Amino acid sequence: MRTMMRIFLFSLAVLAFPVPAQDAAPDALVKRVTLEVIDLIAKDKEIKAGSRAKLVEVIEAKVLPHFNFTAMTALAMGQNWGKSTPEQKKRLTEEFKTLLVRTYASALAAYSEQKFDFRPLRAKPTDTDVTVNVRVLQPGAQAVTLDYSMEKTANGWKVYDVMVGGVSLVANYRTEFANTVRASGIDGLIKDLQTKNRSLSKQEKK
Amino acid sequence: MTRFFRVLLLAALGGCATTGEERDPRDPLEGFNRGVYRFNETVDVYVAQPVARAYVKLLHQEIRTRVGNFFSNVQDIFIGVNNFLQGKFEDGVNDWARFTFNTTFGLLGIHDVASEMGLEKHNEDFGQTFGRWGAPPGPYLILPFLGSSTVRDGAGTAIDWWVAPLTEVRPIALRNTLYGLYFVNTRADLLEAGRLLEEAALDKYVFQRDAYLQRRRSLIYDGSPPREKLE
Repeated sequence: MRTMMRIFLFSLAVLAFPVPAQDAAPDALVKRVTLEVIDLIAKDKEIKAGSRAKLVEVIEAKVLPHFNFTAMTALAMGQNWGKSTPEQKKRLTEEFKTLLVRTYASALAAYSEQKFDFRPLRAKPTDTDVTVNVRVLQPGAQAVTLDYSMEKTANGWKVYDVMVGGVSLVANYRTEFANTVRASGIDGLIKDLQTKNRSLSKQEKK
Repeated sequence: MTRFFRVLLLAALGGCATTGEERDPRDPLEGFNRGVYRFNETVDVYVAQPVARAYVKLLHQEIRTRVGNFFSNVQDIFIGVNNFLQGKFEDGVNDWARFTFNTTFGLLGIHDVASEMGLEKHNEDFGQTFGRWGAPPGPYLILPFLGSSTVRDGAGTAIDWWVAPLTEVRPIALRNTLYGLYFVNTRADLLEAGRLLEEAALDKYVFQRDAYLQRRRSLIYDGSPPREKLE
């Protein structure tokens, strides 16, 4: 389990750069972007000096375009998604996105040089829903697997779930979301997420 | 020891009293589990974490990695046994080769030379073997001090510890020192993960439970479990 959580969250942040070629193969995309991001973290002076704000800025500008947060939120909400109003959906997605970005930043800040093994894609060229497998190698411990679930959209390939060491991020929020909705409704969940985000942003400023 | 159980019982009752939510079918003992969870958290905050932090301050990362490698090497023996029990003979041979090379050329395991030779580290234990043989996980269970488990994995853990070469070490004082070092080193490795969990989770208990259950399922199938489609 060591460093798994860190890699888990880090992995979400590696798809960080806009792609010039929108129809690039998803595995090639993951590889190029991962390597680019590692390079960026290694070189940026502010990030190296521990600037959390700069990291969040980078993630917001670069990572978000490659993730379909609406799809992620919908999957994490399960049946409750259909019961939400468009306004609630919008706010849920916004808050969930903020929470994830903040946790990425923490994970990225903790990044230390692991090596990556990019697995060849096992999919047909006509597939529109694929899983890209990457293995993170670390000396003295079992390799950690990263599985990016990606869907082909009009705007290129988008990630809608990440599994790290077999743990799906989206699935992991399902029970939490369902419990909160059962106890205090969809608005209650939105409020809980807001409170969580606010307390995290306070910690950041400390 | 009786006193310890009384504390546990008390914690468990406290848990029952406060949980009025709908039960998760995978976690019928949630009230009890939350009690043990709170007990573990208390021990963790007041004892384990401070000790682990002091340990990290005291010893350089390089040395801590060596310590981790030493324990990891000893575990390779039974990782191999479990691979054999699951019919994965090639993996089992790989694990025993790792142990052989690391114990000799790796100076009692402190250097992981086997990984550099391309012999991969595996993750196996008796809980996974039972799972591979078809045993269902049973109810989720939080073990005092050890944390997340299930009835199946708890039985597996008991056997893991029963057969662990570490239990044979004598004199007893040395064995206990090694146990202590193992726990502190393991906790130190998890300090960062704990902080991230704190940030990511709305309800830490639920987040940790779901991650554990997903992780174990994946491990039993060596990373490629039959896919559960999310709707």
